[in-house]
Amino acid sequence: MAKKTVGIKRQRTIRMTLSYLLLLVVCVAIIYPLVWTVGASFNPGNSLVSTSIIPDKPTMSHYSDLFAQDGKLFYGKWYINSMKISILTMVLSMLCVSFTAYAFSRFRFKGRKNGLLLFLLLQMIPQFSALIAIFVLAQMLGLINSHWLLILIYVGGQIPMNTYLMKGYIDSIPLDLDESAKIDGASNTRIFWRILMPLSRPMLAVVAMNGFTAPLGDFAISSVILRNPEYYTLPIGLYKLVSDKMGASYTTFAAGAILISIPVAIVFVSLQKHFVSGLTAGGTKG
Amino acid sequence: MSFSTNPIQKHSNPVQKDRSYAKKAAILSIIPGFGQFYNKQRGKGVLFFIFSIAFIVVFKDLFNMGLWGIVTLGEQVPRDNSIFLLAEGIISLIVIIFGLLFYYLNIKDAYHNGKKREEGFEISSIKEQYQVLLHEGYPYLITSPAFILLVFSVIFPILFCFALAFTNYDLYHSAPANLVDWVGLETFKKIFTVDIWRSTFFDVLGWTLVWTLIASTLQVSIGIFLAVVVHQKELRFKKFFRTILVLPWAVPGFVTILVFAGMFNDSFGAINNSILAFFGIDGIPWLTSSNWTRLALLLIQGWLGFPYVFIVTTGVLQSISDDLYEAATIDGASPLQKFKNITLPLILYSMAPIIITQYTFNFNNFNIIYLFNAGGPAVPSSTAGGTDILVSWIYKLTMQNSQYALAAALTILLSIFVISIALWQFRRTSSFKEVK
Repeated sequence: MAKKTVGIKRQRTIRMTLSYLLLLVVCVAIIYPLVWTVGASFNPGNSLVSTSIIPDKPTMSHYSDLFAQDGKLFYGKWYINSMKISILTMVLSMLCVSFTAYAFSRFRFKGRKNGLLLFLLLQMIPQFSALIAIFVLAQMLGLINSHWLLILIYVGGQIPMNTYLMKGYIDSIPLDLDESAKIDGASNTRIFWRILMPLSRPMLAVVAMNGFTAPLGDFAISSVILRNPEYYTLPIGLYKLVSDKMGASYTTFAAGAILISIPVAIVFVSLQKHFVSGLTAGGTKG
Repeated sequence: MSFSTNPIQKHSNPVQKDRSYAKKAAILSIIPGFGQFYNKQRGKGVLFFIFSIAFIVVFKDLFNMGLWGIVTLGEQVPRDNSIFLLAEGIISLIVIIFGLLFYYLNIKDAYHNGKKREEGFEISSIKEQYQVLLHEGYPYLITSPAFILLVFSVIFPILFCFALAFTNYDLYHSAPANLVDWVGLETFKKIFTVDIWRSTFFDVLGWTLVWTLIASTLQVSIGIFLAVVVHQKELRFKKFFRTILVLPWAVPGFVTILVFAGMFNDSFGAINNSILAFFGIDGIPWLTSSNWTRLALLLIQGWLGFPYVFIVTTGVLQSISDDLYEAATIDGASPLQKFKNITLPLILYSMAPIIITQYTFNFNNFNIIYLFNAGGPAVPSSTAGGTDILVSWIYKLTMQNSQYALAAALTILLSIFVISIALWQFRRTSSFKEVK
């Protein structure tokens, strides 16, 4: 018996050592590219040939270049554009999605089943595969470079999938709560705002996250609509910065990447626990 | 008819002997509002009538132009722009459908109220109507903003794309010099018969499938595996490890992809110059050889995609009761057996929907393919690069090669493919059953 516990103990030590080693390797693999970017952003020069993680002569010049506004580089504008588009998309899609999900979850009306089926199908087709149509629409309406058109398209794209998630979450809130409020004389809208919305906070957080990150990461649709550099969002702007054959500047790009990644990552990690419970509930329920 | 014996009839209005109110009202409302007038709902009748006149007046030109345009796609250059005409045509079709819906509701309303009168009920006044509308219309009211937005930002583009696939719209058939024509299934036929198109199509489709399968399976297995490793009871610094492991998800994806594009650069990237050089390995042509680019893409997607699976799996693991493991330990199960027989089945079972979405996500994962190496390296005499998947090929055909009709036809094929696979999978999950 004693021999067996020793065996188990040794096995456990081996397992733990391997686990720590593995996690160490993974952590390095995760952190290396991030640290490398930080290093690159302080390196002098434009190319990465002589880049090292700890530069010999660190320089802040790339950060000041970003805001110098010379030539085609409008980093400050791109930043504001991206934030504006992301935040408005987030707020509008939260409103649209939660009202629609409330209707689908709590009311039985004509067209409900067809509506749900339509949403299920629409969420499977990638929105930007209809790029040509979006381009023609923008041209016809004279809305090339329009941020509002872009926001409305994003919100439309957010609706099907998120409504599904939200409806599933509201379905899991007991109907008794609504009914007792109704007996007390609460209107539908009041029930929605005062009872259902506070209770579905985890899923609202998921919808908010989707609404914020989708526009921030989109390249395809925004590159079709936004044609002039001063209207660009960060993905297009930064992509043009590294893909420009004449004056690609990885170091300036790295500085720009740091300035967007750090705030987003901090907000993300600190709010993580709010939307993780929503994700697990929505995702695993299906 | 049974309602003649209905007691409610007794306190109805004097014209009760004429019992065909419903039909008459319905027939009269062929001109919207007249049926309502007949039913003595004057306010409503006037409202309906004015609304339909306004509808016709406002949209008259659109209908005229749009319907003519969608049939002919324009007759004269440079006066007519076929593509704008097509778009107008589709918009007018959407508006007409809404109009017909209103028209149908108008007739139904007249019939309904006529029937009520036959049965001797009082017709509700406009104020009561308003109350009823507010009550029954509530779900419609709160879904309408989302619905209208959906029609113009999602459904219209899809319909437009669908229509475009049956035309010959490309660089040589575009405004202002030329017109576009309807060509039926010609474009679809070409995809499978013109040699260069067919070989490109099947190359791209093949890589899309391989990419989807490997990348998704890789990220799902890394995520699950790491979640299990971190979840071990004896492991310390759990919080620290979990924070580090979600970082790839926390940093905006387009940033990381562009960073990797720099790191994998053949001549000055850190992978070749620092890491491989450190091990004494020669530089690898990451961005100029298709197969190496593919490998790099798979590695990067594994890096980017695992945290999401990791987080959800951690949630599932925390909800598995300890009793199961204790019972297994008493039965003498080894850790590996416990993993295989308890943990893995539970994870796979409760995460099936999330795992499926990983596959559909990668099937359409435009960003990583395009931002990393623009689908390249370029392949001679082909519109698709060596690592293009269907969606990035469609993007290039639209934005660079002006092969609009081909892009639209491919979009349709892609949508049919995705929808049929997804439906087949979703049929088994609860979300679909709920719809049924």
